[in-house]
Amino acid sequence: MRSSTSREDILSALRAAEPPAVPLPELPEPGPLPADPVAAFELSVRAVGGEPVRVPDAAALPGLVRALAERLGARRVASAVDLPGVGDVDLQALPDPHALEGIDLAILPGLFGVAENGAVWVDTRPLAHRGVFVVAQHLALVVRASEIVSDLHAAYERIDLAGPGLRLFVSGPSKTADIEQALVIGAHGARSCTVFVVG
Amino acid sequence: MTAGHAERAARFAADEPRAHWHDQALWFVRLKRDRMAQAVPGWEELRERAARIKAHTRSHLADYLEQFERNATAHGAVVHWARDAEEHNAIVHRILSGRGVTRLVKSKSMLTEECHLNPYLEARGIEVVDTDLGERIVQLAGEPPSHIVLPAIHKKKEEIGELFHDKLGTPAGLADPKQLTEAARGHLRQKFLAAQAGLTGVNFAVAETGAVVVCTNEGNADMGTSLPPIHVACMGVEKVIPRARDLGVFLRLLARSATGQPVTTYTSHFQGPIRGGELHVVIVDNGRSRLLADETLRGSLACIRCGACMNTCPVFRRSGGYSYDWIVPGPIGIVLATARDPVRHASLPMASTLCGSCDAVCPVRIPLHDLILARRRSAARAGAGGLAKRLTMKVAGLVLGSRTLYVLAGKLARGVGRRAPRGLLYGRWNAWGRQRELPPLPAESFRERWRKERAREVRRG
Repeated sequence: MRSSTSREDILSALRAAEPPAVPLPELPEPGPLPADPVAAFELSVRAVGGEPVRVPDAAALPGLVRALAERLGARRVASAVDLPGVGDVDLQALPDPHALEGIDLAILPGLFGVAENGAVWVDTRPLAHRGVFVVAQHLALVVRASEIVSDLHAAYERIDLAGPGLRLFVSGPSKTADIEQALVIGAHGARSCTVFVVG
Repeated sequence: MTAGHAERAARFAADEPRAHWHDQALWFVRLKRDRMAQAVPGWEELRERAARIKAHTRSHLADYLEQFERNATAHGAVVHWARDAEEHNAIVHRILSGRGVTRLVKSKSMLTEECHLNPYLEARGIEVVDTDLGERIVQLAGEPPSHIVLPAIHKKKEEIGELFHDKLGTPAGLADPKQLTEAARGHLRQKFLAAQAGLTGVNFAVAETGAVVVCTNEGNADMGTSLPPIHVACMGVEKVIPRARDLGVFLRLLARSATGQPVTTYTSHFQGPIRGGELHVVIVDNGRSRLLADETLRGSLACIRCGACMNTCPVFRRSGGYSYDWIVPGPIGIVLATARDPVRHASLPMASTLCGSCDAVCPVRIPLHDLILARRRSAARAGAGGLAKRLTMKVAGLVLGSRTLYVLAGKLARGVGRRAPRGLLYGRWNAWGRQRELPPLPAESFRERWRKERAREVRRG
């Protein structure tokens, strides 16, 4: 079969061309957590075009999410976070990912946030449709205040990529600067990205 | 001989306001990059680590690719291998046509540009829609990208407005980036919803976990792989890295170097296909193993395609991406293009001032200006530059090699230069005098002045 010989051809060409072994370097130590990790994280979220919202008490979250939906004029809301009275779209019940089109606001749990760049680590594996974070018109992420790490080195110390699935960092809303370098928020994905920091 | 870089650059520079805007816009990106880099403690150390991880990976490339293949396959991906562009295109076409795909959405992939995948698929009845906004703009205009990160940087918003009016039916005279982007969003969302497959490039392939990592700001890679059931990811062999934790190093460098952002909006780690769908990873050599075998040039395989060397390059900024006549322009493009076809790209090694600014910003520390110099040397040996240049260099070598001749030449130049009519000094032969005034020639050389000063000092005691 042609493709199997291509594989062998390429691998043997690479082996023949490989330079003498160079050792794999140690990774840099993660930077120290800022004195106020939440404040640093919120600053970064704002810098990447997101909207951080501090939620001191988890009980206040449903009300804040409802207020956000109202402010955005979101009629169809899908929540993967258990929030009483929030969300009228049941992701499990959608037959096909194309049915995600038309969702105005999606609320997803984030596993942790990264202080240096405002990114939130999102695991799409529990979701019925992995693309909800990008197809929905607006996105809200929920992160616990205790789950902020300093930088990406610290992030990858926590990240476990075992098993199949899509996992990703989301840092702010979808954006582009492809027309004359003018920053425009809302290219293909979320037009806004609200990050609720709870606790 | 076809026109070289200088002739193509002259065409770009002829539109002075545009060339000036291009220069300024890219310099602005360079400054954003600087601010970001300076804000990261240990930035230089980070670059050093990145370079070393890449050097290590190159020395075990085949092993890491096999490890990646094993792990990606365990997650349900199908891994294909392509020796060259033709085989790559045929594999992608076979995957698509075998599943009845006639509508493909694509996010940015320089590799597929290198392989000319779009025309290949289009000729076989598959609609290919580039979904990165800049790439969609140049696709609608029937042009290639002019920059690897900012594909439409050579276009003005008014031109894009006209293009969208023509192709997408937006109102005439639209020139607001926000409104134009909104129009593209609506247009492309329909394409995403109608697509039967999505194709992406690969920023990093993690050997240890089998992850394909794709970075975008727009979310187009995620849209294109979340709606249709088939995801095809195309990567060069050099994209593999050993460990997931190495991503901490590369991701901290990539977006800061590319656009001056702390990280891209979406950094997606794909392991296996969408539920009920398929993920195909196509691993492509297309000249890379030859590059790996080249002791001088193999370092260029470390490139993570951030575009920082382009943004900082005084030649790129003033001559535009098309002047390089290769899919990856700028300093790294000079190295890659001439490694591939030294004859066709013989003029490229001259498209550099050798100022070294590219080396200073490269996040993986590719010694770009050394490599360009090496390319220039081999181009000169092969006779590029013509007789005039060879003779000039011979004479220059002679003069600079002899103290007597050097002093004499200086005296002569000052004597003639100070008296010669302007028409002679700025004749057609003087390429340097075309856009700039020569500095006024002094009456005496530094050496002569130094002698006089010294004599005066000695007299004063």
